[in-house]
Amino acid sequence: MVSATKKRKTTSKAHKHTHEHEKDETFDELLKPIYKGKKLTDEINTADDKWHLLPAFLKVKGLVKQHLDSFNYFVDVDLKKIIKANQLILSDVDPEFYLKYVDIRVGKKSTSSARDYLTPPHECRLRDMTYSAPIYVDIEYTRGRNIIMHKDVEIGRMPIMLRSNKCTLYGADEKQMAKLNECPLDPGGYFIVNGTEKVILVQEQLSKNRIIVEADEKKGIVQASVTSSTHERKSKTYVITKNGKIYLKHNSIAEEIPIVIVLKACGIVSDLEIMQLVCGNDSSYQDIFAVNLEEAAKLNLYTQQQALEFIGAKVKTMRRQKLSILQEGIEAIATTVVAHLTVEALDFREKALYMAMMTRRVVMAIHNPKMVDDRDYVGNKRLELAGQMVSLLFEDLFKKFNSDFKATIDKVLEKPNRAMEYDALLSINVHSNNITSGLNRAISTGNWSLKRFKMERAGVTHVLSRLSYISALGMMTRISSQFEKSRKVSGPRALQPSQFGMLCTADTPEGEACGLVKNLALMTHITSDDEEEPIKRVCYVLGVEDISLIDSASLHLNFGVYLNGTLIGTTRFPIKFVSQFRHLRRTGKVSEFISIYTNSHQKAVHIATDGGRICRPLIIVTNGKSHVTADHLRSLLEGKLVFDDFLKLGLVEYLDVNEENDSFIALYEKDINVASTHMEIEPFTVLGAVAGLIPYPHHNQSPRNTYQCAMGKQAIGAIAYNQFKRIDTLLYLMIYPQQPMVKTKTIELIDYDKLPAGQNATVAVMSYSGYDIEDALVINKASIDRGFGRCETRRKTTTILKRYPNHTQDIISGMRVDENGDPIWQHKALGPDGLGEVGMKLDSGQIYINKAVPTNPTSDLNAAPEQSQYRDTPVMYRAPEPSHIDQVMMSVSDNDQALIKVLLRQNRRPELGDKFSSRHGQKGVCGIIVQQEDMPFNDQGIVPDIIMNPHGFPSRMTVGKMIELVSGKAGVLNGSLEYGTCFGGSKLEDMSKILVDQGFNYSGKDMLYSGITGECLQAYIFFGPIYYQKLKHMVLDKMHARARGPRAVLTRQPTEGRSRDGGLRLGEMERDCVIAYGASQLLLERLMISSDAFEVDVCDECGLMGYSGWCTTCKSAENIIKMTIPYAAKLLFQELLSMNIAPRLRLEDIFVKA
Amino acid sequence: MSNIVGIEYNRVNNTTANDFPGFSSDGSNAWDVEKFKETFDVQITSLSEREANFDLINIDTSMANAFRRIMISEVPSVAAEYVYFLTNTSVIQDEVLAHRIGMIPLKVDPDMLSWIDTSLSEEEKFTDDNTVVMSLNIKCTRNLNAPKDCTDPKILYHNSSVYAKDLKFEPQGKQVETFAKCPVVPSDPDILLAKLRPDQEISLRVHCILGVGGDHAKFSPVSTASYRLLPHINILKPITGEQAIKFQKCFLPGVIGINEETGEAYVKDARKDTVSREVLRHEEFNDKVKLGRIRDHFIFNVESTGAMTPEEIFFKSVRILKNKASYLKNCPITQ
Repeated sequence: MVSATKKRKTTSKAHKHTHEHEKDETFDELLKPIYKGKKLTDEINTADDKWHLLPAFLKVKGLVKQHLDSFNYFVDVDLKKIIKANQLILSDVDPEFYLKYVDIRVGKKSTSSARDYLTPPHECRLRDMTYSAPIYVDIEYTRGRNIIMHKDVEIGRMPIMLRSNKCTLYGADEKQMAKLNECPLDPGGYFIVNGTEKVILVQEQLSKNRIIVEADEKKGIVQASVTSSTHERKSKTYVITKNGKIYLKHNSIAEEIPIVIVLKACGIVSDLEIMQLVCGNDSSYQDIFAVNLEEAAKLNLYTQQQALEFIGAKVKTMRRQKLSILQEGIEAIATTVVAHLTVEALDFREKALYMAMMTRRVVMAIHNPKMVDDRDYVGNKRLELAGQMVSLLFEDLFKKFNSDFKATIDKVLEKPNRAMEYDALLSINVHSNNITSGLNRAISTGNWSLKRFKMERAGVTHVLSRLSYISALGMMTRISSQFEKSRKVSGPRALQPSQFGMLCTADTPEGEACGLVKNLALMTHITSDDEEEPIKRVCYVLGVEDISLIDSASLHLNFGVYLNGTLIGTTRFPIKFVSQFRHLRRTGKVSEFISIYTNSHQKAVHIATDGGRICRPLIIVTNGKSHVTADHLRSLLEGKLVFDDFLKLGLVEYLDVNEENDSFIALYEKDINVASTHMEIEPFTVLGAVAGLIPYPHHNQSPRNTYQCAMGKQAIGAIAYNQFKRIDTLLYLMIYPQQPMVKTKTIELIDYDKLPAGQNATVAVMSYSGYDIEDALVINKASIDRGFGRCETRRKTTTILKRYPNHTQDIISGMRVDENGDPIWQHKALGPDGLGEVGMKLDSGQIYINKAVPTNPTSDLNAAPEQSQYRDTPVMYRAPEPSHIDQVMMSVSDNDQALIKVLLRQNRRPELGDKFSSRHGQKGVCGIIVQQEDMPFNDQGIVPDIIMNPHGFPSRMTVGKMIELVSGKAGVLNGSLEYGTCFGGSKLEDMSKILVDQGFNYSGKDMLYSGITGECLQAYIFFGPIYYQKLKHMVLDKMHARARGPRAVLTRQPTEGRSRDGGLRLGEMERDCVIAYGASQLLLERLMISSDAFEVDVCDECGLMGYSGWCTTCKSAENIIKMTIPYAAKLLFQELLSMNIAPRLRLEDIFVKA
Repeated sequence: MSNIVGIEYNRVNNTTANDFPGFSSDGSNAWDVEKFKETFDVQITSLSEREANFDLINIDTSMANAFRRIMISEVPSVAAEYVYFLTNTSVIQDEVLAHRIGMIPLKVDPDMLSWIDTSLSEEEKFTDDNTVVMSLNIKCTRNLNAPKDCTDPKILYHNSSVYAKDLKFEPQGKQVETFAKCPVVPSDPDILLAKLRPDQEISLRVHCILGVGGDHAKFSPVSTASYRLLPHINILKPITGEQAIKFQKCFLPGVIGINEETGEAYVKDARKDTVSREVLRHEEFNDKVKLGRIRDHFIFNVESTGAMTPEEIFFKSVRILKNKASYLKNCPITQ
């Protein structure tokens, strides 16, 4: 009781206290310390209150921030880089001509300070348009002798990511969002292309430009590989063992080349130096490597030129002009091998060192098989986001645009005597549609085809699932892997320890994509690319010895310093260097997303600045003390500090997976010791947004949480604040959604309590009536009458009124009336304009768009304007249950054709067979609906909404569900919302205490009376509220039966599938049963008579089929016998005949007449 | 046999009555009206417009349960059944609004209406005899006198919320006289039906008819009608001192008293007990207390939705049960 009353009192106090920090509607509430019942003046307990950093983090980062950041980076930075890389267009014809791109902008002209007006996103959704902004370039080009600058030339339109900094919604508050018909809780991060919302999923890849060492123990192969990726090309270089010797392998070189020869080709001619570079002075490495030197000697290759020629001879080339073998060799070493390192002035030393390092890693792995890398380690992965994907696509299109542009220019300039000076600007607009349509097509189809990488990727984009708020949110945090789904490997699918805190441990689909599709955890951030050069300089300033100045002999004496996988120097004091570098990062001198860590096995310090690394914030701990103190948290709550200040003050820092593995992270404050370097902000952030809905997930068997993650996305609920304004193909909404009694902190952070999908049902866990076996649920009829589980479906039909070349067009004719002037039954829902009236009920067979098309749309334009004739093609409503017309929209689509969208709505109450689920992966269908008076009741007269069979518990082990019930019951009695946050939440002991204080049993089990006999039940029944979700699978959408109906044209058998009103197949196994039973007449009826019986005329003479009692083969009607066979059989015979096979029927009487 | 239901730590026993003929050799147990008249007792604890609390003592479970069941599902009452929309420009959908209107309890005596004849056509079905017509005509407008910085929609607009009280009774035909004294109104006027914003409008007519709770919960005249058995606490061995205080705390306040002189715990008011079985968790009271409930002592709680008083509902349930019994008695099959 004590805890309960205290909670209530302090909560009200906290409410009264007004906060004076800046207004931010969504997060304001979260930042108020009301959850733990504290007010600002209360003492702050760093152990309990450090979680407030989480809402602060989400305030600056948001759940889809990674998408927005990457898109912003693309339009602000990457675009400019692309322009710079492709800035000149020269003419092959006129050497004087040039065109140079100076600058590029999206959605903003250089002259105006404000953004261009864009058609608002919701209008784009409704009108099937693309939400895009113009791309402007500033160009400089020659016209005759003059150089002309031209600003703000539009070269195409760029689809804009919602809520990115180019979007109309950027920085909009709730009021502005409402004005634009947008939901303030909508996460954004997707595109609208042709009216559909498209998400570019995060793609998971193996990291680029890094050495990965792998071993195949069966074949005894060790290989180091690196995927080099530059703007121009992608290639993979291997250093591989073969028969104990080491070779270099590359796709463009015909065969493996001994590594020593490669190094010699790079200018490391001396065997001693090669040995020094690869092995240092480690004798065991030297023993392993020595054999390679011998091989080179056997080949009699000693000089760099010999080595280059050796390589040059083996290069596969497809060049126009032939190069000499030596040149080929130089070209191969300089540009194709390890392509991400650029070679200047034929100085191959850097590249040689890189390959020597690869070789060294191979040697190390031979020496110690444990020195291999793990492909599945999250630190070796990079995530490719929407911005990068669009960037790749844009660069490809831009290059195509430029080459087309150049072709046009050349064509014009070719002509000798031009009357006027040619202005290139005139032809720039010709191709601008290429960029626009290229971007649109790729995003709307999901096919990413990049010519320069010869990359062809399908399924990059997906339609944003709007089934529920959580499904949309879940989609934004989804990561898809490049691995093949069909391969039966467990490695990439397994849960990696390094996923901790970065990727959700529960949220992955079941089945073929299991473990390959992942989700981000709550507090993850994905880095963007950062400049390397300044970091390099910082390293040298901090005492790193420049690699170009180190002699080969002392290379491996000290720790190597690697910047993005490339050796840039060595340091004698790695610990000092790393701590100094971290200090710079913590003081904000270098970007907070640059990671640095020591790998003592490789004697290396790695610094990473590249994009796509997953990282997360952690509290810094030094000397056994957390940097975040109560004072800081108080300032945070008062709004004096924001999350970024914590970064700047060096209290919190981002760690990527590699650096995290080099740290000693305490889970709670009590776990901190002298060696600790960091502390977790909140342990429940190991889960993602979708798994965060589950109350007490740490008490559940883990697959149950995974099941719930899949099911939470199918739950019907509120979708967005603008849900009634949306016209989607299919939308499910719940009429009375409720926020869960047992919440989690995640629920509040992602605003699930504002857009919930479910209802708090009073559940009795008992057996009742036998209609509850196999997870079926018994539902109270009175509860359904009162609105439990009611939902609504909204279905869209789109019609376009086409225009035809002969100036005719589709029209909508009015309604037809009977002799009394009333509309005929079919037209009852129509208004005088021939469109359905809003609010009218549509029964099956009624018409809601009375469209008519011209009978002669293709006729000649100049033909006599005969009386225009129209054929009715009305849109008819066909469904088992009536619908109501919710909205009718008329608009004009992109190509000036009238667009009509009609939204039909259907209100559904739960019925037998509808699917429900709790939040613990426990789904069940409604097995029976029982009258209220038949339901059991307790002392208060409370009757359950749902009765659940207790057999659902033992095998599923969803203890969390039981605790949810107890906490929910305590919350109901106490008038409070309880928490089931992962690794925390309301304690079961406290909940039991509340129950006892309110006069209930501590266990949550009540004494119930049978509603049928009125007697007490002999067992105590576990009884209380559990949050139940209604899933989208409803009987009404699935029920199907057919007596007779349509048949397929070819086989004359009944069609297949519910949508075609198909037959129910008596399959092979069912047929076997009937055969085994001996019911031959039934078999005949099912397989032929009820299916495709067909009467044929068979000629007894030749055995072939004739027709109309005439055998065409024998030219006689003499031996024709009529018989019934399946049409499919007849078809088979005829098909065989067409292949020159003559199936002949030999007919005999089985039952000879007596 | 005892008429006390035994409440044990993890089960309930002796739940069924066994005083029927043929159960045991001693005593015929045949039902006797005189004996019933003698022993049966009704005690009324509280009675108000909306809620009644009374005891039925010495009555068989089947009877008590029958009353409960009939009250919930068979006592007829009046509720909105057909809603005819003329205009609805609010955000709430027609079906949902109709459902909400249907759920509103109406203050109308069901005896004033007759049953509707479902076999008739739509036009002939409704008469002033069997239908009450209500109408809702409301439009939201801006309040021009609202202060500038106001954000409360209640002040900014007129009719921003539609309540049950906005449903207006429209007497038809002879209803002008018959319902003159008791015009039909929602029994809870402040039920929120819909929210409106300027220029949104709702205009509809409602036909309210007689029905039973079994058809739809809206026709049920009770919010809840249920009973519980009278708790029984039997202290087998004296509990004194510290233990007595602990014992007292195992029950809600007022159930257990402590004799000030002896310090001995005694049962003050078993009726207040909620049978939380908390006492059974503590081993020290294992053989000192026996919990139970009296099988034929029903504490009824009837909560009316407002159309009728709870006692009226109960009497009707008795009458319905009586009619059923006499129907059964006169049923040709039994003869």
